[in-house]
Amino acid sequence: MGELSRIWRESEHRYRLMGNRCGNCNRVFFPIRAVCPHCHRESIGKMKPMELSGRGEIVSFTIVHDTPPSFVRQRPYALALIKLDEGPVLTGQIVDAENDSIEMGKRVRSVFRKIGEDGKSGIIQYGYKFVLE
Amino acid sequence: MLSENVFVIGAGETKYGELWEKSLRDLAVEAGLKAIENAGIYSRDVQILYGSNSLAGIINGQENIGSLIADFSGIASGNIPAVRIEASSASGGAAVREAYLAIKSGEYDVAVVGGVEKMTDIFGNEVLDMMSSLLDREWEAFFGATPAALAAISARKYMKDFNVKKEALAMMSVNDHANASLNPNSHFKNKITLDQALNATSVAEPLNLMDCSPVTDGASAIVLASESYLKKNKLNGMRILASAISQDYLALHSRDSIYTLDSTRIAADEAFKRSGLKREDMSFVELHDSYSIYGLMELEDLGFAKKGEADKLVEEDIKLGGRLPVNPSGGLKAKGNPLGATGVGQFVEAFLQLKGKADKRQVKDARYGLLQNMAGTGSTSVVHIVGGD
Ligand SMILES: [Zn+2]
Repeated sequence: MGELSRIWRESEHRYRLMGNRCGNCNRVFFPIRAVCPHCHRESIGKMKPMELSGRGEIVSFTIVHDTPPSFVRQRPYALALIKLDEGPVLTGQIVDAENDSIEMGKRVRSVFRKIGEDGKSGIIQYGYKFVLE
Repeated sequence: MLSENVFVIGAGETKYGELWEKSLRDLAVEAGLKAIENAGIYSRDVQILYGSNSLAGIINGQENIGSLIADFSGIASGNIPAVRIEASSASGGAAVREAYLAIKSGEYDVAVVGGVEKMTDIFGNEVLDMMSSLLDREWEAFFGATPAALAAISARKYMKDFNVKKEALAMMSVNDHANASLNPNSHFKNKITLDQALNATSVAEPLNLMDCSPVTDGASAIVLASESYLKKNKLNGMRILASAISQDYLALHSRDSIYTLDSTRIAADEAFKRSGLKREDMSFVELHDSYSIYGLMELEDLGFAKKGEADKLVEEDIKLGGRLPVNPSGGLKAKGNPLGATGVGQFVEAFLQLKGKADKRQVKDARYGLLQNMAGTGSTSVVHIVGGD
């Protein structure tokens, strides 16, 4: 039950790429932050939800061969840092692409996919991955 | 107020490696007792104990590590304080710093730090999931990130932006193995060639098995004491000249740069400022090179090379006889990386080096050492400078 609620708690952010924006300095955050790390108390009460486009570019990436048990069936997979057009950088897999075709700087967009195989709780976990544009 | 100088007066450790026959408590007690004996004091002289450990809660199902170590080291009857310090793979350095502060404040005269990790109680790649708890579980590990994968992501961009060849990373591992072959306590005893380092099984491209520290069991312990205690008991030791710790965003993706370790840079600047020493005064450094790329990044962020230029040091300078010997112990790649023990183990090595007791891997005329211990991808760094008179 613990793991189930942990996953459910973040599901809106993972399904819809919900971030937030600081009303004081306009910086955008993903995942959401309760307080802006630049504005501190000036941002309290001014952090506004914001749905992100899911479009951005590859900062850097790796092809993962040695994986934890819940990712064994996907290996090898491409994992990247993606800088979204709105500013935040996030970590996600790149799918539906030949590994040779992945390059730093290439444009990507988010897709909704199954993430890990059954975790300890036996539930299937969903969230964002990325495809080349 | 902050007046007491702090010294390390004893050090001890277990062999590092895959120690199937030894339990978490066996390891901790062995290292602790060796350190106390080495210091020439008695268990009853210890006034406070800091355990350092990262993953015993999930690997061994054991928390309450402070009490466990105190109890089975035979000092529970003294009823001294015993707590565990956790800062993932920087637990060791962080625990030494707590002991240092406790003595520096004048509150205690003698402290023991015991770092321990028992990682081989878990089979196969389960341990990789547990090691991913060093990362942001919800926003990194959830999506398939592992510590090696994130180091690889930093490595790829670093190599491209600074036109650094993979050979430079591999040389860090070659150096670690060469030094570890001279350390009787190291996980690996074999030297490796540049060719072997470049052509091992891929872990997370561009990093392979020879770029990654192993899964290691082990424990390291040191005894710290105040200067007044040393004088009163006519002991001597290794002075801790400066202790600094700094913090960064937990997730790699939240940081401004993926190949600059701000926590290391800030802690190093602070440590050098406090010690009054310069980079060129260091006789050797022990780096937290859990992945080869971090060795290069750390040399830069500690101020020994400009950003992107650490590769110039790997050919000659970092060797045992070089200008700046790196990881005389064998480092995380080859001495091993038992997370909670790793940072304490750096002190054990420094203690041997500065006492002139490091045998075949002795750094000539060793006078000052710098020890850098880091959590995960750089979320915490602890930097200590030790030595002098
Ligand atoms: Zn702000």
